[in-house]
Amino acid sequence: MAAPAPTAPPARTARRFSVGPSVGLLPFLAYLTVFLIVPTATVLVGAFQDDQGGFSLDKVSKLNDETPVHVLRESLILSFSSAAVGAVLGALLAYLIVTAPPTSVLRRVVSAVCGVLAQFGGVTLAFAWIATLGFGGLLTKVLADTLGTDPNGISQLYELPGLVLVYTYFQIPLMVIVFLPALEGLRPQWREAAVNLGATTWQYWTQVAFPLLRPAFLGSMLLLFANAFAAYATAAALISQGSPILPLLIRNSLTSEIVLGEHNFAYALSLEMIVVVAVVMSLYAWLLKRTSRWLS
Amino acid sequence: MIGATVWRLLRWLLLLAFAAFFAIPLLALLNFSTKDLATKGRTGAAWQALFQDPTMTDAITTSLLLALFTVLGMIVLLVPTMIWVRLRVPGATRMIEFLCLLPLTIPALVIVVGLTNVYAWVNYLVGDSALTLAFVYVVLVLPYAYRAIDSSLSSLDATTLAEAARSLGASWFTVITRVILPNLWPGVLGGAFIAVALVLGEFTISSLSHYDTLPVVIVQISKADAPESMAAALASLVFAAVLLVGLSFLDRRRHTSGGK
Repeated sequence: MAAPAPTAPPARTARRFSVGPSVGLLPFLAYLTVFLIVPTATVLVGAFQDDQGGFSLDKVSKLNDETPVHVLRESLILSFSSAAVGAVLGALLAYLIVTAPPTSVLRRVVSAVCGVLAQFGGVTLAFAWIATLGFGGLLTKVLADTLGTDPNGISQLYELPGLVLVYTYFQIPLMVIVFLPALEGLRPQWREAAVNLGATTWQYWTQVAFPLLRPAFLGSMLLLFANAFAAYATAAALISQGSPILPLLIRNSLTSEIVLGEHNFAYALSLEMIVVVAVVMSLYAWLLKRTSRWLS
Repeated sequence: MIGATVWRLLRWLLLLAFAAFFAIPLLALLNFSTKDLATKGRTGAAWQALFQDPTMTDAITTSLLLALFTVLGMIVLLVPTMIWVRLRVPGATRMIEFLCLLPLTIPALVIVVGLTNVYAWVNYLVGDSALTLAFVYVVLVLPYAYRAIDSSLSSLDATTLAEAARSLGASWFTVITRVILPNLWPGVLGGAFIAVALVLGEFTISSLSHYDTLPVVIVQISKADAPESMAAALASLVFAAVLLVGLSFLDRRRHTSGGK
């Protein structure tokens, strides 16, 4: 794993032609500027402009209105609950796999499936759940017979509780992917050392393993939170009318052409999204640094 | 003894519960896509329509072409830059890494909100086509491609290889394309696989820019023909799964053959 340290010869030539080699990076930097930095800057600047292009706090202060505040709260609840459920169940599943030998079929299948479901979520997952619990779905009739739910499809699927359920479906796999390395870093020697000193299994878990895993667990949970907060496709495919969460409110103001100026409100809403995700991801980076001290 | 048996039993029960949770929605998808709404029997009509319905075949072609262009763009843009940074400008490593991982922090939704002006120019310069989405998709796949290529590049003594080639009179272009790149194929291929999977599933940017890629069309036709959209959704998921499972086998082969 240890990469050979950048060796001396390139550094020497780099010193002699100090500007020369850096020019090679220009195409890459120019491309990223156009397709990543400019769009982000457009949002950041646009949030503080009025329709004539002058400075104004109108849009940002509109974030305090009833609808955006309500939608932000719903989004935070959705992200937090799906991250919490996903983190706990994902950690459990990761533990179940890590106790199997690394070459086992079980472990390979679970990691591959998790990779697919975590990265390739979106539209498909929304449809999968509609096919399960929606009109004429696989479980709709069974649930109606046993629990007395609506036989024409469970309407909560298209509301916040449904979103939490559907999000959990890609949060658990993501948790397995990001938490597995931390569990693998838990060395058997530490357990042997604890047992040698007379610790019980319970003591080993509460006093050695959990404290070691806590930063990794919290960090992964933050990652899951950001993932849910910024997710758009699943919710958009599931809910075509109305906008109960922030990403859908952004869609709404982006596509609405009825109210003039509403389009530009998307900038302020996107700013809000960037701020939340940036705060969460900085915390994540900080926790990751603490994790890597022990479990690398 | 009893504790171990109980634990083994509990472990299998939990694994079964997880398997059920993940398998049932996918089976429901299969069930719905083969359902004949009129006769309540089974039919393969929805799956046949994937290859016959012109809207669907157009969308599939568009998405596959987009995946191809994105992979090409990613290779042309990222691979030479990363090799160059490793060989000639090691001081820029942290900056390039930061820039490549940045799209993980900036949601695609935010990018599409700010993209209007950039795409006004893109459409003016190269025309208005769904394939122009490849430009921004290259940015979206950067974090994954970067990690895959970086792990390949780290396992390689690029500096020595480059010095050997240079001392034999090779130009920098030859060094990058004929000396370093052939050693990087596992990483590049890994990045390409993930890129294809991501592009085939991308919905946020394409739907809000009103281009008809596969996921967008899947959502559109779901109102008129639910079984067909379910079939397409399942087919694209299975396709991505095959790609990513193939990737994991590629990874394993590299581990076994590279284990010195």
